[in-house]
Amino acid sequence: MVRRRFSFGLVSRLSSPIYGRSPCSGGIWTPCLGQKRSFMTAKDLVESEEPEKKVTNRINMFSAINQALHTVLDSDPKSYVFGEDVGFGGVFRCTTALRDKFGRHRVFNTPLCEQAIVGFGIGLASMGNRAIAEIQFADYIFPALDQIVNEAAKYRYRSGNLFNCGGLTVRAPYGAVGHGGHYHSQSPEAFFCHVPGIKVVIPRSPSQAKGLLLASIRDPNPVVFFEPKWLYRLAVEEVPVDDYTLPLSSAEVMRKGSDITLVGWGAQLAIMEEACDEVSKLGISCELIDLRTLIPWDKELVEDSVNKTGRLLVSHEAPVTGGFGAEIAASITNSCFLRLQAPVSRVCGLDTPFPLVFEPFYMPTKNKELQTLGL
Amino acid sequence: MQGIMESIQTLCSGDHGNEGFMQDDEDEEEENGVGRLTSWAELLGFGLAVFSEAIAPQLQCFCDRTLGFAVGQGGSREAWIKAVAMAMSLVRKAVKKGWVGALAPAARVMSQALSTASEPITLDIPVPFKAHKVETPSVTVETSAQELTNFFKTMFIMRRMEIAADSLYKSKFIRGFCHLYDGQEAVCVGMEAALNDKDCIITAYRDHCTHLGRGGSVLEVFAELMGRKDGCSLGKGGSMHMYNKKGGFYGGNGIVGAQTPLGAGLAFAQKYLKVEGVTLAMYGDGAANQGQLFEAMNISALWNLPVIYVCENNHYGMGTAEWRSAKSPEYYKRGDYIPGLKVDGMDCLAVKQAVKYAKEYALQNGPMVLEMDTYRYHGHSMSDPGSTYRTRDEISGVRQERDPIERIRKLLLSNNIATVAELKTMEKEAKKEVEDALSKAKESPSPDSDELFTHVYRKGYGAKAYGADRKEVVVKLP
Repeated sequence: MVRRRFSFGLVSRLSSPIYGRSPCSGGIWTPCLGQKRSFMTAKDLVESEEPEKKVTNRINMFSAINQALHTVLDSDPKSYVFGEDVGFGGVFRCTTALRDKFGRHRVFNTPLCEQAIVGFGIGLASMGNRAIAEIQFADYIFPALDQIVNEAAKYRYRSGNLFNCGGLTVRAPYGAVGHGGHYHSQSPEAFFCHVPGIKVVIPRSPSQAKGLLLASIRDPNPVVFFEPKWLYRLAVEEVPVDDYTLPLSSAEVMRKGSDITLVGWGAQLAIMEEACDEVSKLGISCELIDLRTLIPWDKELVEDSVNKTGRLLVSHEAPVTGGFGAEIAASITNSCFLRLQAPVSRVCGLDTPFPLVFEPFYMPTKNKELQTLGL
Repeated sequence: MQGIMESIQTLCSGDHGNEGFMQDDEDEEEENGVGRLTSWAELLGFGLAVFSEAIAPQLQCFCDRTLGFAVGQGGSREAWIKAVAMAMSLVRKAVKKGWVGALAPAARVMSQALSTASEPITLDIPVPFKAHKVETPSVTVETSAQELTNFFKTMFIMRRMEIAADSLYKSKFIRGFCHLYDGQEAVCVGMEAALNDKDCIITAYRDHCTHLGRGGSVLEVFAELMGRKDGCSLGKGGSMHMYNKKGGFYGGNGIVGAQTPLGAGLAFAQKYLKVEGVTLAMYGDGAANQGQLFEAMNISALWNLPVIYVCENNHYGMGTAEWRSAKSPEYYKRGDYIPGLKVDGMDCLAVKQAVKYAKEYALQNGPMVLEMDTYRYHGHSMSDPGSTYRTRDEISGVRQERDPIERIRKLLLSNNIATVAELKTMEKEAKKEVEDALSKAKESPSPDSDELFTHVYRKGYGAKAYGADRKEVVVKLP
């Protein structure tokens, strides 16, 4: 829970359906308008991240997401969860027990039609509801790409703020899972990062998932929330049981360092952490940053970090050409050019369709990270 | 040949029972006089083959031991007496072993098989068709013993193949996703009976058996499932992406419903090139709610394309029953302005009749929708137990009442085309074929690591990645 030194922006109104209540822990929740937070540095953020003593449960990621959805449906009577097979709990158990508790009118299955699922969600959201649409695998999101890019992202802009679909949250499991093959392993975040008007959020762990999902649902802009499916069962963590949000467009420094900055998101961070541990034995101290929100991304934090270390490595599972790492590299090279001591490196997936048997060769593994780090 | 030997052996082993040779022959002569006459040439050839493989070696041995012996001894009277004694003992041995006894049933089998093999049998389809904006085809279908036997054999091989794939998946030889087709075999087998090599098929991810029907081999299927080099897609596709160029099988597609506009495109090409073939664009009841299907239907009706949309309605879109996902589960009517037929998809002959009818229609008038009422015994994929959204009673009920293989078995037995023993032999052969293919596929190597980068673009016309981590990309322009 981030406690800010000062607050600006709107204090949340209890009655507004979109903004929701402030979290129970007493902090002030501000909607993320993507503006500069001029006086915060990475150091401040790390210090203020120290959590208060909270009641926690040791759960995995799908349970954390499930808790978040329960919280949302509890707190707002005008919120709905829908998608393919969400009724019985979903193929990844993220929506378990929602239908039993909240009824078929709020938690319902849709037929097999992604374009209609998202379009329907946009309509629902534009009337002031919270529409939480689930796309079963991120690989299937492409029929809905038109709706997200052309309808959702531009709604507020083209109507001159008369209408908006801020209540829309599209959740999709993304990323490699070890045996997914071409159509159950893709990382399509880069396609959405190219669209002004929506936000793309990717958690790295169960506690992050719960907080970020709650924040995404309550954010007054349409959000595409990608969940790393590899971590659904694998990642187990102490997650606070109460209602809390984590700020969007705010990256988090996972470990501080002084020699090189590593930026990543999602399941890839676990790989990067292993690489950092290995190189720290050789005396290289790495600063590892979890971007959390891909657009609008926390440029200042990364710039501050690179200004400190002088080197940057970006890593993601999606193919390297045109991946979001390219945007980070270009942007940082522009702003920190004179400080950089080496070109920005990217350790990413290869430029091929996501392979079936060749997955171990395609993935940006720890050894590829180490090789790029120069060992 | 192998089959004949085995059938002879089976018959020798006594499974055949006490049917009299002469009696049966007479009955058949009376009924099938015409049929017999037309196949004398075949019978002769067949007989010669049986003779050379089965009888000749024994005869040679017999001659060696008797005549050869006598001549070798100089042709004296004593030698001949000894030769005759030897001959009698050999004959006694043969009778004891049953070789002579075997010849009679073998001859019966030959005559029966040949005389009635290609003769037309007319059967009635028990479940009637339902039509939408078109006349129903006749319920009387012409088939032959050979065709029905082929149905049985092919479906049995498909069933064994899918069950073998199940156990392969459980023992982690196959990883990823595996969608099994058992229960639905009648659809692809019946279709193939009405199609030829000028027709194209495109389907979704439940494609192992469709690939087999289009000319693939069980070895290719197993190797592809396990991701080995000998697979039909070089091991790069996996369960969901099997293709066969010669057979006109365009896959094998993962994204639900996305193959239907492709089917419309294939049909356009066939019409334009005047190939006189149709495209069967197959999809499931889950995909029937995809927007792109309706787009494809509209353009194919607008331009009168020879495409047949085949909806394999197994009543469950993964875990969702059809009545919970579709306002109108009458998928054959969903084409609206496109005529449709509802077919019992567990009956090979009904499927064959419907596809034949639809093909004639499509070549003249444009698209048609066929809804195949079928059922899958396994879950949606190997990660789905298949029993959380339907009862085990339902599955076993369908298996008992509507199983396609059992239906053909009953037809074969009731029309005296095959006996229980012969069917058992066919089943054993099929099992052996599947097992051989499986062991061969297991020995097949994985594709080379270079294959990760091949076929992204056409060779020489795209980007090639270099370097140990393949980061350096060089673009090769033509």
